[in-house]
Amino acid sequence: MSQSNEILVRVRDADKVFRRGSEEIHVLSGLNLEVPKGEFLALMGPSGSGKSTLLNLIGGLDRATRGTVEIGGERIDSMSDRQLAGWRARHIGLVFQFYNLLPVLTAERNVELPLLLTHLSKGERRQHVEAALKVVNLSHRARHYPRTLSGGEQQRTGIARAIVTDPTLLLCDEPTGDLDRKSGDEILSLLQALNREQGKTIIMVTHDPHASARATRTVHLDKGQLVTEPAP
Amino acid sequence: MTQLINWFSQVLAVSLFNFRSLPMRAGSSAAAAVGIAGVVAVLVGFLSIAEGFRKAVISSGADDIALVLRSGADSEMSSGLDRDDVRVIADAPGVARQLDGPLASAELFVIIDLPKRSTHTSANVPLRGVEKAAISVRGNLKVIQGRAFEPGKNEVMVGAGAARAFSGLDLGRKIRVGQNDWDVVGIFTAGGGLAESEIWTDAAVLQPAYNRGSSFQSVYAKLSSAGAFTAFKDSLTADPRLKVKVLRQSEYLAEQSTSVTGFIRSIGVFIAALMALGALFGALNTMYSAVSARTREIATLRALGFGAGPVVVSVMFESLGLALMGGAFGAVGAYFAFNGFQASTMNWQTFSQVAFAFTVTPSLLINAIVWAAIIGLLGGLFPAMRAARLPIAAALRET
Ligand SMILES: Nc1ncnc2c1ncn2[C@@H]1O[C@H](COP(=O)(O)OP(=O)(O)OP(=O)(O)O)[C@@H](O)[C@H]1O
Ligand SMILES: [Mg+2]
Repeated sequence: MSQSNEILVRVRDADKVFRRGSEEIHVLSGLNLEVPKGEFLALMGPSGSGKSTLLNLIGGLDRATRGTVEIGGERIDSMSDRQLAGWRARHIGLVFQFYNLLPVLTAERNVELPLLLTHLSKGERRQHVEAALKVVNLSHRARHYPRTLSGGEQQRTGIARAIVTDPTLLLCDEPTGDLDRKSGDEILSLLQALNREQGKTIIMVTHDPHASARATRTVHLDKGQLVTEPAP
Repeated sequence: MTQLINWFSQVLAVSLFNFRSLPMRAGSSAAAAVGIAGVVAVLVGFLSIAEGFRKAVISSGADDIALVLRSGADSEMSSGLDRDDVRVIADAPGVARQLDGPLASAELFVIIDLPKRSTHTSANVPLRGVEKAAISVRGNLKVIQGRAFEPGKNEVMVGAGAARAFSGLDLGRKIRVGQNDWDVVGIFTAGGGLAESEIWTDAAVLQPAYNRGSSFQSVYAKLSSAGAFTAFKDSLTADPRLKVKVLRQSEYLAEQSTSVTGFIRSIGVFIAALMALGALFGALNTMYSAVSARTREIATLRALGFGAGPVVVSVMFESLGLALMGGAFGAVGAYFAFNGFQASTMNWQTFSQVAFAFTVTPSLLINAIVWAAIIGLLGGLFPAMRAARLPIAAALRET
């Protein structure tokens, strides 16, 4: 455990309203969240409660209707779309429920993708890719296309892609949601190791109490706000 | 600088994914490319007709041959000159001379009807009465079968293009013109020029046959040099005895061909434009479905930090690539199908058939490829903008 008191993620008074036609959907209302550096946070809550929405705000993939989002001291809510894209490339590693690998690329090419946004040379990129694949224990599948990999292997590829740039923050949206128990456990162990051994700050959305048990802290999202104890 | 390289490497990377996933959309992509190939082929076809026609009409035109018409006439058909005019013109300064006199030929020009070989329907052919200097004036005229007509006799020699297009214009045959029969005694070429579409005879024989008395319609004069034209022209236009206009033969022919070539071109452009509209919708459709099929991938790349610019450019690249492939295909096909193809068409000024070969020139191919590129860019633009504007978070929800 290498947790300091430094706050990495600070969401303040965040509202998120979706408009569907004339209908307004208030997903988040006055939400506050602080995540210290080095924490492995599990975010739980019923389906449709806004977990993915909150993760998207933190990752700079979407904008809050009101409120501020501060990551590592930077106000990302005031960045332009263009600035946000560059910021994401530098600071955020994303892990998706359905992996979101590009089917036309091999595992190693998929992992290399975020590095194309850096100034690294080809040789340096290869080193980083090899290292990331080694961390997820998938070096032997580097040249395989996603469709020839199992779900667990695809998700390990997804994690390698998320960590290859050594991002400030890992955001995982139901990373085990599409996997069987055994593969899911492997993924969770991997995330836990990244947190413990490399001090990665991780926010993980999950439905599964098994998964949240691996986290250092669990918060619940209910009626647009966070509650630390599960709602009765 | 590094930012630029970075940007290009993103474009390259995204384009590469697009092209790699092309086989999955092979059907609709091929259909779009074929549509564009069709546009290009049609355009090249028509423009090559216009170009061939223009070349046929102009190629016999020389800068050192002057054509004199009555002032106000816009073609030989509407011109008229009498014996005295002709004498003054032939004696003007600048006209080349031989031992037996000036190289000038007073000519008249009538239109006759003959059946076409291909359709057996009758069409117009110009019958030109010339003086004996005519062959030396033209310079490029060559009798390739038989011989030249003899002065004073009802004999004709036939341009090679006319001989190909009209039945009865064979060596040894007779053609009936008005009340008289005329013997075909020779076939000639004229460097691919307009004269090859004509039938020639002695002006002195043609005048009485058409009750023209001693009048002519034009004088063709060989100048001592191309530079002598101005002096020749000035002396004639300043002469109070004459009311004439003087043109270089090349100018005259270029002028004569513009309305026909313009007409052919505008038909071609019109049809090609209609087809282009169809091809554009094909391209749009293809690219829209390409973008929507890749919604999740595009959103993923954007989520990882790829910019909107590279996404736009890569979609445009793909569309442009498809269009250029189709365009090249159509251009090559049109080249082999049309280039050199022999045909004849009506010259609306002289109301006569002009023999010509479809001519596919590089500039015409470039023109057609530019059309293909424009279709490709327009077809890619809107789908590319849609791709760039995808709200990332919402697009990621689509699985
Ligand atoms: N782009 C959008 N447009 C309109 N409504 C949206 C949009 N994104 C999310 N919503 C709505 O916001 C609410 C929260 O969605 P969100 O995906 O954040 O929930 P979630 O907690 O992640 O649910 P799940 O556990 O099913 O993934 C839902 O009612 C959803 O329909
Ligand atoms: Mg969700």
